[in-house]
Amino acid sequence: MGKRAAAIVGLTEWAPKRVWDEPMFTMEACARLAAEVLADAEVEKGEVDGLVINGLRESPMFAPSALAEFLGIRSNFNEVVDLGGATPAGMVWRAAAAIEVGICETVLVFTPSVPAPPQPGANGGPMKMKMGAYMGGEVWGSPQGQFEIPAGLVAATPSFAMAAQRYMAAYGVSEETLAKVAVDSRYNAQANPLAVFYGKPITVEDVMSSRYVADPLKLLEIVMPCYGGSAVLVTSAERAARGPHRPVYVSGYGEHLTHKSITYAPDIVDTPIRLAADRAFAMAGVSRDAVDMASMYDCYTITVLLTIEDAGFCPKGEGGRFIDEHSLRYDGDWPLNTHGGQLGMGQAGLGGGMSHITEAVRQVQGRAGERQVPDCNIAYANGTGGMLAEQVALVLEGA
Amino acid sequence: MVHFSTDGRPLPTPTPITAPYFDGLREHRLLLQRCPRHGYFFYPRGRCPVCLGDDWEWGELSGRGTVYSFTVDRAGHDPALASRIPFAIALVDLDEGPRLVGNMVDCDAADISVGMAVEAAYEDVDDTTLLGFRPAG
Repeated sequence: MGKRAAAIVGLTEWAPKRVWDEPMFTMEACARLAAEVLADAEVEKGEVDGLVINGLRESPMFAPSALAEFLGIRSNFNEVVDLGGATPAGMVWRAAAAIEVGICETVLVFTPSVPAPPQPGANGGPMKMKMGAYMGGEVWGSPQGQFEIPAGLVAATPSFAMAAQRYMAAYGVSEETLAKVAVDSRYNAQANPLAVFYGKPITVEDVMSSRYVADPLKLLEIVMPCYGGSAVLVTSAERAARGPHRPVYVSGYGEHLTHKSITYAPDIVDTPIRLAADRAFAMAGVSRDAVDMASMYDCYTITVLLTIEDAGFCPKGEGGRFIDEHSLRYDGDWPLNTHGGQLGMGQAGLGGGMSHITEAVRQVQGRAGERQVPDCNIAYANGTGGMLAEQVALVLEGA
Repeated sequence: MVHFSTDGRPLPTPTPITAPYFDGLREHRLLLQRCPRHGYFFYPRGRCPVCLGDDWEWGELSGRGTVYSFTVDRAGHDPALASRIPFAIALVDLDEGPRLVGNMVDCDAADISVGMAVEAAYEDVDDTTLLGFRPAG
């Protein structure tokens, strides 16, 4: 029996889009997301006494207080989480832990990713996602700026490509097997009208004939950066029992990291996922076999392979065989990323990572519609940040 | 921090603690700090990343090692490097222990493999020298 102190009770999620027609300040986006998630959970704004954010564009300093002021919330728990793609999962367990220790009862967790209105006098440019390729390495004193950036090791794709290359040399997975991850994800996206690739299924041949971006990774094995936004509401078990939806307990969680740049990963094919997942499953007191659906961070196909292994669903080196032998589709024998994953739905900034949690919650709450996994009670969700660096694992259980 | 070469390539801006490493590269020598208990470590820093001791000394390495992994960047993830694509990035385990990053030079991308033996190559760019690797001679 895992933790039963806090539960996710509501969610809202905007369809990821490559071009966002309605620019918004981050604070405005949070206000809209708050209204939507509170309505979904049937919770009054006055009940909220905790905020978790990644930051606030309109107030780089004092971000939580600026947002509390903007939303008119008197808040007892105010957290900024900086874990890259693992941020949303890290936000959820921090909210649950804060509720369990009793410092707050009801926490809004925000992952907005929308462009701001054009600034007067500034060149707004096209409203397409701009990647921060240097990821903070451009500042004075940064090791990354002295060693990785001059070698051209920037953004994320080359780092994950090196993990894939090493994995192939060590364990011999085929590019077709990795392609199957993208294909099954795209299949799932066909049952998710919010997905950026809704109505656009692909085949293994499509993936194999897409161009190499960083060997051995090809274009269709890489997420599409998008705009979007999402939020979830976490509250006490007692309050959760009075809501309209089945409470989804945050029953186990774990977090681990060792490095920023991939150069310093202790082992790039045996990732920090292992320790995070082991802790999460031990805390939840459930076995891997009990998991009804998995929601694994999938910035790249290789990320899914490594997560299946390191989260303990199969032995090291057998992830390729696992992917070949199982259908990862919502109607298959091992449903994974039933929303399409980020590979199929699009990566709406941090909302991409949150999509793995919102989907797990939908499935456990029994409101996944056409792609509902029958009798779904226990979900595994995780987040991967940076260069296979930050790892957060969650076990989510229906009440 | 980075600055840019005359042809737009990102270059390191050494700090007081990393300057001896970059001074060594300019002489085409590979110098790293060596902790008396935990051996060589990379990148330069004031204290050993294993024991946080500060009784390290600079030492010179062979520059020989093996490729831990690599990729060939065909997209130019850094717009400043778009003119150089495709180029190969390698993580190299030096014979003396530490793992470094650099570009593979003097070879075809198709000839690079995990585990291949390499040696340090020194690429002079403006007033900076970058560490790269080439197949061991």
